[in-house]
Amino acid sequence: MPARTGESHLEMKALVVLLALAAPLALAAEESVSLDSAPIDPRDVASLQAGARTFVNYCLNCHSAGMMRYHKLLDLGLTEQQVKDNLLFTADKIGELMTVALTKKDAKEWFGTAPPDLSVIARARGADWLYTYLRSFYRDPESATGWNNMVYEHVAMPHALWTLSGQQVQVERKFKNMEQAEAVGRMQRNAWKIDVLTPDQAGKDGERFILKTIRTETAGSLSQIDYDILVRDLVNFMAWISEPNQLARKQVGYVVLLVLLVLLVLTYLLYKEFWKDVH
Amino acid sequence: MAAAEKQAVTGAGPFNGLLTWIDQRFPLMESLRSHLTEYYAPKNFNFWYYFGSLALFVLVIQIVTGIFLTMNYKPDASQAFASVEYIMREVPWGWWIRYMHSTGASFFFICVYLHMFRAMLYGSYRKPRELLWIFGMLIFLCLMAEAFFGYLLPWGQMSYWGAQVIVNLFDAIPVIGPDLAIWIRGDFVVSDATLNRFFAYHVIAVPLALLALVVAHLLALHEVGSSNPDGVEIKNVKDPKTGKPLDGIPFHPYYTVKDTFGVVVFLIVFSAVVFFAPEAGGYFLENNNFIPADPLKTPMHIAPVWYFTPYYSILRATTEEFVFWALVPGLIAFALLIIWRVKNTRTRVATGVTTIVLLLGLLTLDAKVWGVVLMGTSVMIFFFLPWLDRSPVRSIRYKGPITKAAIALFVIAFFVLGYLGTESVTGGRTLAAQIGTAVYFLFFLLMPWYSRMDKCRPEPERVTSK
Repeated sequence: MPARTGESHLEMKALVVLLALAAPLALAAEESVSLDSAPIDPRDVASLQAGARTFVNYCLNCHSAGMMRYHKLLDLGLTEQQVKDNLLFTADKIGELMTVALTKKDAKEWFGTAPPDLSVIARARGADWLYTYLRSFYRDPESATGWNNMVYEHVAMPHALWTLSGQQVQVERKFKNMEQAEAVGRMQRNAWKIDVLTPDQAGKDGERFILKTIRTETAGSLSQIDYDILVRDLVNFMAWISEPNQLARKQVGYVVLLVLLVLLVLTYLLYKEFWKDVH
Repeated sequence: MAAAEKQAVTGAGPFNGLLTWIDQRFPLMESLRSHLTEYYAPKNFNFWYYFGSLALFVLVIQIVTGIFLTMNYKPDASQAFASVEYIMREVPWGWWIRYMHSTGASFFFICVYLHMFRAMLYGSYRKPRELLWIFGMLIFLCLMAEAFFGYLLPWGQMSYWGAQVIVNLFDAIPVIGPDLAIWIRGDFVVSDATLNRFFAYHVIAVPLALLALVVAHLLALHEVGSSNPDGVEIKNVKDPKTGKPLDGIPFHPYYTVKDTFGVVVFLIVFSAVVFFAPEAGGYFLENNNFIPADPLKTPMHIAPVWYFTPYYSILRATTEEFVFWALVPGLIAFALLIIWRVKNTRTRVATGVTTIVLLLGLLTLDAKVWGVVLMGTSVMIFFFLPWLDRSPVRSIRYKGPITKAAIALFVIAFFVLGYLGTESVTGGRTLAAQIGTAVYFLFFLLMPWYSRMDKCRPEPERVTSK
């Protein structure tokens, strides 16, 4: 499925249009961002542990993971004591859910919207989307939080990891044709998108294709590559908590398929044996 | 005593006594004979004939997994979403049960669509199997209702907005529409009240009807006997000594062993999805449904699950332009065709009056109403197949090029409409959906004529191949 940005804009309008069925949906020619593929691996326990640490320190203040129990973190090769000492900040007992103290009402007042629960966010958005999104914040003086995002425009969330990533700004470069703009876009480390102007808007010089990218202005405490690794681990963790049984599922799957293949041979031979005198 | 009148059961070893006792009080052996060991099925069933028993098998999967899901699911708007995740994470093997149920829903439709397509290929709905076909269609309607009600239960964004869009369709019905929509929802929007009643429909009301219809479907089948890929009656050629059809074989053991093999093949494909791709790329479990239902946030792109998308496409294709430029001329042309070809004054008058009423409606009522009507008709029109098909032969094997082309076009239109229903609307896609809609309906509406004029080959006396 393609990435969807700016869902909050359309609100009721989309439904009204859909129901009216009178005209095709008049979607703006909004260019979606090309998503980076997230190099995640649910078997990489070290990465998942690192992701868990980042998650409880940076995310689990506003966002809950309310369908996930701390106890399940033992599956990542941690001992109960390790979880209690390093990860258990929002609850008293290891059997409790990963909830937060922030109420919906307060959140609405402070951010304009309640931060979504992150238990299954990786299944809703996709790991690639999260990986690109968390690496696409940039400074925007016009927004309420001072931050904006390439993947999710006018996002309500401020850049929680900015002390690590440093501060980025958006850069625009104009091109005469799409191919050139795309070629330069593909060379970017981070997310990029291309806005297309009509010939009228572009004026005389005819540079209609605007490549938007971000550039680091002030460095954070991590180098860019270390920040990418941190986000990779964090997304890996979020993908894992979205379905903590995913590895068991596949392991069981191999056994089930093996048994079925044996049954396939047996039932086929049985079928042929019974049918040999049907002509 | 009456209990001694029936003969004793033999051949069951130590169970002879018990079976005799039962058989003298219940038509056990007679039922086994008439439905299994002495039910003669044609010996030439091919690949397409697996899907009836497979559909029954999926029904069993759905009922059994459904029972276990019901033990842990909470039909409450504030708890439903989390209770599904509770099943996925904390109920032992809950993820397996849930994935079997969600994957089973899609596989139910795959099996039923292929089963219906088989009937269309080989004319299985033709006399004397009209009622069998009608029971089958009623099962299909129940299945659609079951899937629709069940899809609300996870209470994700797609669940919520899908239900909202579909219930709002009833709003389009003139006069009673708005009240009807409120009555269905039990509220002004889809809410906790809606979730509770949909749960009741999903776990008891519809499954009861479904099971009763499956029994009726099987009884009707065993009354008239199975058709086959050649579309000839095996009853017509019987062994003069035994009185058994020469081309028939007892369902048990021949088809029980063959269908067991089919079930294993099915389970391999089914398990591959359940264990390795339960979301099926967003087609079986949609990404947006992992976001809890939010009545204040409409998703930008609302699409039903894949098995409803052909009909959803037809709904969206019915724009004002389509009503004016396609439905109005189409209706007039079709009425003229009937009046020209059918030499019966009453039919002609009835056609004329119906056409005028429909024309008035088409020109005055909102296009949305006609979208709903067309969507409903696109499903209900299958009921009429036994009477629309006037071909002298039943099976596609002996039908001519026109029918073959018509079926091919229909299948293409069905897939194109299905694909378009998953996508957002653009001008080009709407046009494609409109062409698809036209092809879809012309396949049925022109069938009485093209099926009769087609150059068919003569049917054989007996079934061919092995």
